[in-house]
Amino acid sequence: MSKVLMKGNEAIAEAAIRGGCKFFFGYPITPQNELPEYMSRELPKNGGVFLQAESEVAAINMVYGAAGAGGRVMTSSSSPGIALKQEGISYIAGANLPAVIVNIVRGGPGLGGIQPAQSDYNQVTRGGGDGDYKMPVFVPANLQEMVDIMMEAFDIADYYRNPVMVVGDGMIGQMMEPIEFKKPVPRELPVKDWITNGTKGERNPNIINSLFLEASDLENHNLAAQEKYADMVKNETRVENYNMEKPELVLTAYGTTSRICKNVIAEFKKEGIEIGLIRPITVWPFPHKAFEDIPESAKGILVVEMSQGQMIDDVKIANNGRLPIGFHGRSGGMIPDPQDIILKVKEMLGGVK
Amino acid sequence: MINEKVICAGFGGQGVMKMGQIITYSGMMENKHVSWLPSYGPEMRGGTANCAVMVSETPIGSPVITNDATAVIVMNLPSLVKFEENAAPGSRILVNSSLIEQKVSREDVEAFYIPCNEIALELGNAKVANMVMLGAYLQLANPVKIETVFKAMVKVFGENKAKFMPMNEEAIKKGMEIVKEQIK
Repeated sequence: MSKVLMKGNEAIAEAAIRGGCKFFFGYPITPQNELPEYMSRELPKNGGVFLQAESEVAAINMVYGAAGAGGRVMTSSSSPGIALKQEGISYIAGANLPAVIVNIVRGGPGLGGIQPAQSDYNQVTRGGGDGDYKMPVFVPANLQEMVDIMMEAFDIADYYRNPVMVVGDGMIGQMMEPIEFKKPVPRELPVKDWITNGTKGERNPNIINSLFLEASDLENHNLAAQEKYADMVKNETRVENYNMEKPELVLTAYGTTSRICKNVIAEFKKEGIEIGLIRPITVWPFPHKAFEDIPESAKGILVVEMSQGQMIDDVKIANNGRLPIGFHGRSGGMIPDPQDIILKVKEMLGGVK
Repeated sequence: MINEKVICAGFGGQGVMKMGQIITYSGMMENKHVSWLPSYGPEMRGGTANCAVMVSETPIGSPVITNDATAVIVMNLPSLVKFEENAAPGSRILVNSSLIEQKVSREDVEAFYIPCNEIALELGNAKVANMVMLGAYLQLANPVKIETVFKAMVKVFGENKAKFMPMNEEAIKKGMEIVKEQIK
């Protein structure tokens, strides 16, 4: 049998190894500890290097170094740990380096809690680091999707020479579901002729750098990056449109929250009411078109998040004032209750005052 | 149609997580849709532990059980107090009566009382109390075949624990037998 039952964090680690990851640098934090634990055991067996750094800042800079030397490298952490890594992520983006960063989100701000949350939306889509950089941010909703994306993530990073972030919440990290490891569609990857692996006296030195003191040089560097980001918007935007043929109202949610929304949709179906769901699989690039394509039947959009409202801003941009937008959110590790979402939907449809 | 939503709860060390994993693994082996969601936190041995298991013939949306559990399995008193309300009307609550003297207070659910620890001791191994309870649950809900459970058990516990499997199988069978007497 090809399906296996694995815990989310372990499945992510195994998928990374199968996706070609050879270097892992990290620092422990709940709720993602099973990921580095699995890596520490399995990565060396697969010809790779696992190293527990002295801090998150050290870990991300080790990622920077390994990526610059051409290694397929990743790190993982959870919200406050990712906050510490933001400077390094900005440097990696600035130096055009491929790397994969996994964020298993917990409640914030500050040290927050250890239960599932989605309150890192702004941190991961806007970039906590400085500058005009972007990176693809994947937000899978189940373990199979998580594993598929992890196996592809290193190719995407190499293809664009750009960091890629994969985000789950604590629930995705801790739960078990059956998964199957399937090889992703291969991409034609550029030769890494820019890496700093020693000239051997045969070529001019390569330089990995994000410092450009000449203003015009820096602008040109940034404009080149913008072209890359435009390609990502064109090629990497992913979304699931669910029950969107003739919805009376559209829910929008990602990750674990979208699964709760699907239960809500099933409940409404029993009453003969059609509710749709737009589920972003990438939150950058954000699936704007899905919102433009919302059928005329829809009376509004309800954004559901495990935060006090962050993705809602992107929904407002995508909606461009067309439909009324409602919000239901829980935070701090609390998980939205389907009944509360149902009530909010009914309120928006005018059924309950 | 099978659409089981089971809460397994007890204190750390009672094997409630493993109990849930065995049901989950068995469902997967029978090509059903399954999910296993643990509570997690700063708890260790002796603290509270619980997991939510789903076995379904249709894809699983949310892996979270709210007040729609089809079965609630409680191995100690705090778990009964905490999870009694999560049982859907008409569902089952399975109580480890060795450690829980209190009765189920709800009248809209079916309650079953299984002296898991005592039966386990009679069988000669206190550790198989969870397997006795698993047997009782399987007898009542029958979400997966018992032969599948015996195969899944080896996968969940690991091949190196294979020598304990006859004892586990015996405990499951005993649990099935005991609960039969309580079925109305």
